Amino acid sequence: MYPPSFEYHVATSFADATQLLVDLEGAKLLAGGCSLIPLMKFRLAQPPHLVDLNRIPGARYVIEDDGVLRIGALTRESEVERSAVVLRRYPILAEVSAVIADPLVRNMGTIGGNLAHGDPANDHPAAMLALGAELLVQGREGMRTIPCAAFFLDLFETALQPDEVVVEIRIPAPAAGSGAAYVKFERQVGDFAIAGAAVNLRLADGRIRDAAISLTNAGPVPSRMAAAEDALNGSTGDPGTLEAAARLAAAGCEPWTDLRGSVTVKRQLAGVAVKRAVTAALARARGGPHA
Amino acid sequence: MHELPITVRVNGSPREAVVEPRLLLVHLLRDVFGLTGTHIGCDTTSCGACTVLVDGRPVKSCTMFAVQADDLDVMTIEGVADGERLHPLQQGFYEEHGLQCGFCTPGMILAAMPLLEEPAAVDDHAVRRAISGNLCRCTGYDNIVRAIQWGLRAASQADGPRTPPAEPQAL
Repeated sequence: MYPPSFEYHVATSFADATQLLVDLEGAKLLAGGCSLIPLMKFRLAQPPHLVDLNRIPGARYVIEDDGVLRIGALTRESEVERSAVVLRRYPILAEVSAVIADPLVRNMGTIGGNLAHGDPANDHPAAMLALGAELLVQGREGMRTIPCAAFFLDLFETALQPDEVVVEIRIPAPAAGSGAAYVKFERQVGDFAIAGAAVNLRLADGRIRDAAISLTNAGPVPSRMAAAEDALNGSTGDPGTLEAAARLAAAGCEPWTDLRGSVTVKRQLAGVAVKRAVTAALARARGGPHA
Repeated sequence: MHELPITVRVNGSPREAVVEPRLLLVHLLRDVFGLTGTHIGCDTTSCGACTVLVDGRPVKSCTMFAVQADDLDVMTIEGVADGERLHPLQQGFYEEHGLQCGFCTPGMILAAMPLLEEPAAVDDHAVRRAISGNLCRCTGYDNIVRAIQWGLRAASQADGPRTPPAEPQAL
């Protein structure tokens, strides 16, 4: 199955990529290609130009410094999954990467592409939202940061301007007593989520603070489940509160019926994912960020 | 659209071609270089029949453009054996009846290659994880897992499969 014809351009830097986006009408960025190439095969996308980001030097890294985890946009999912600092300090990110597609796809797929594609079925968006991540982006006017909370605008629509490219993902280091976890339900390995939940919270004096809950594939954009968060905050995470949070998240999300399930099934699974992710996040919070 | 000259090191030898940017890596290997051991199953990144190693990492070559492999190392199933001597993973598929029709086998073997980095640490779960992006429609996964384990045991011995590996554990 041949994709439609296009002109191929290699970006030598993010600034170069931005310039190519400005100069070439209708150009699209090529990172891992895991979403773009299938879209092109099915003629759902027919970009006249592709700008290949994969040869930009120094765009694949995972570094924690000054209280921030910085991940280069071109870092492969398999690299996130195996990163020592991720496994030690940000286990939720390894959990997310490990359930994306399959091991072969994760050797190509990039964390930047997973976010910039703006697909609510992708797994990183919900996690990044719960973690309070920011995206560093390069445009023709220079660099700016966009909080994830302001990044996902609608289905496949993000706050990126036509000349902008994601350079780096920045995640605040976990606060003392915090824990985060991701739970995904999928029909089989490699599939998108029927529903998934990312939870980030902090325990102070045995009570939950700063709970952040966001869902995968349960609406046009990944969004925080404020009512469920409110239910958790101030509680000890007792079973009754977990049930209430799960119920509120199930009621608050906006899934649609498709081959992966009906709205009823998806709401139910979103609730269960929230309950399990809260339980796992609490265990990590009690065991410290290394649990 | 402009065709582009590329050089890909395929199984250790530089191969040159002039290609349309839209040419997929799997078509470069099969149609341009004549290496038809890399198969096309689903053509939609699902089945893993087209798995090859690019710079040592297994990827699905139906979802990568040939121009992306310019100046990179690609290993296909044709480059796995050492002359007439089968690679331990290939030998494992022979010994453990790891294939019926064989269509998925090249992809299975290349997907299992990263397990060789630490063969002693690999349990069945790790094998199943490694091939979770590869489909076998003869439903032969149990034998495939045994075949890969056979190969890993053989490879972890100093001089490979010439020395008979330890007998697999009774099931």
